[in-house]
Amino acid sequence: MKEIRIHGRGGQGSVTAAELLAVAAFEDGKFSQAFPAFGVERRGAPVMAFVRLDDKPIRLRSQIYEPDYVIVQDATLVDVVDVARGAKPDGFILINTEKSPEHFKMVTKASIKTLDATKLAMDFIGKPIVNTTLIGAFAGVSGLIRPESIKNAVMERFPGKVGEKNAAAIQAAYDMMEAQR
Amino acid sequence: MRKRMVVVEGSYAVAHAVKVCKPNVISAYPITPQTHIVEDLSQFAADGEMNCEYMNVESEFSAISALIGASAAGARTYTSTTSQGLALMHEALFNASGMRLPIVMTVVNRALSAPINIWNDQQDSISQRDTGWIQLYAEDVQESADMTPQLYKIAEDEDILLPAMACMDGFILSHVYEPVILLEQSLTDEFLPDYTPEFVLDPKNPMSFGAFADPSTYTEFRYKQEKAMGVALKRIEEVALEFSEKYGRYYGGLLDGYMLEDAEIVIMAMGSVIGTIKDTIDMLRKEGENVGLLKVRSFRPFPADEIRKALKNAKVVITLDKNISVGKNEGALCTEVKACMYNNRDVLAPVIGFMLGHGGRDIPVSTIVKMINKAKLVEKGIFIESEFADLREDLA
Repeated sequence: MKEIRIHGRGGQGSVTAAELLAVAAFEDGKFSQAFPAFGVERRGAPVMAFVRLDDKPIRLRSQIYEPDYVIVQDATLVDVVDVARGAKPDGFILINTEKSPEHFKMVTKASIKTLDATKLAMDFIGKPIVNTTLIGAFAGVSGLIRPESIKNAVMERFPGKVGEKNAAAIQAAYDMMEAQR
Repeated sequence: MRKRMVVVEGSYAVAHAVKVCKPNVISAYPITPQTHIVEDLSQFAADGEMNCEYMNVESEFSAISALIGASAAGARTYTSTTSQGLALMHEALFNASGMRLPIVMTVVNRALSAPINIWNDQQDSISQRDTGWIQLYAEDVQESADMTPQLYKIAEDEDILLPAMACMDGFILSHVYEPVILLEQSLTDEFLPDYTPEFVLDPKNPMSFGAFADPSTYTEFRYKQEKAMGVALKRIEEVALEFSEKYGRYYGGLLDGYMLEDAEIVIMAMGSVIGTIKDTIDMLRKEGENVGLLKVRSFRPFPADEIRKALKNAKVVITLDKNISVGKNEGALCTEVKACMYNNRDVLAPVIGFMLGHGGRDIPVSTIVKMINKAKLVEKGIFIESEFADLREDLA
């Protein structure tokens, strides 16, 4: 089983990102489960969402404490939340930032990957909504999910132009991060 | 099977299951505490996908009251609620069962105030235990959805005619996205017969429902409700098997065992924690521990005989309760499991009651392992009657 924890701020679409990952992974032949860390959500407040992927149906219902992968939608969260908490040493923490991985001095054995998803989102979507770009990048680094499946999931959720722009951002992020696998 | 699955939110899967059961009247109070279930249903109704009367009412008390009227007039009825909303329905729940109206309601289990808390536990439905409603508890999203046609079939049985609650854990099941098979209309049409009650409110043939019963007859109304619950005990099993034949899915009828046969320590629980327990059992079995699970699917009617039979080989029984009767220091499952053993000495295993998962407190594998370790101490003469399994030491 692979476990993913997504950190974001209320309004950034962390829960949507988790749902889209679950849909895409299922299309790729995996079983999946996505759920938010339910809170009293407010725009801007730190939020979390979780994804599990496995080759067999998933029964476990607890939150995720030792994620294989962590996705951080907003680099300012690193100062507020222990995003590296419990991260497995052979996994990675993917952070949306223009800075390089060396900039982040977290106590973790997991590798740190960075990507300026905000810039990509602005270029392709025209809005600083980074959730779809980041799951494209996640697919690139992890190799767990095909980019086509992610694009399909996104275009099904957001039909028309919006979906197409997001799909372009996903592919760009995937191509950029594939080399770092 | 994978081919027929889609990844959707738990609430959507349930709303879809309700749709294919073709209720005539749905009424709901569409603000907090509520779920996407009625939101999705109102969308189906507005889009013309359902041929039903969808009523937006001004409170949960009105929601259930409207259904009591509609059900008495012969309609198949549905609503969904949670926590304070269910508590507000309390008075009318007795009317529904006393008038023998087979209303089906999904209860999305959430904690009660105060303090204010929106998260999952089962205090809400457990607090309605004595209202005369059937109560089944679902383990995953698929079971939550599949329970809907099953409960209509059970509730509307002419020898039962009791309202029923399909209980699913709030957020953990209502808000999770996971692969499910959305119930097929054609199979459901074959599985679930039309509701054709013998007695209905009809201006052409006036009659009274729930009118008045003085001391000379009131007792017999309660007696007959109890008898109907006895019939439901059999029908819940039968309908689960009929469902399995038609749809190919089975979750147990009244109970379901997992690694139970040779288990020395048996965990009993209800709802979504079942999955986490199964994973824990698999892990412990690999380490050579004889641990098993007895899932309680039906809490009302309470399957006392079946529980005794299932626990025959147990050395220690652990009950998990996401509720508490304050002042008894126990949850309801613990109290009832113990009570069903006292006059029947087939089962000699001691019962340890653990309360946990209140107000959304997460239940990780480690909490379940901790409880099992405490059960092992019984051998050494250390016995805990009941306790909170997941207290924060710093606040306790």
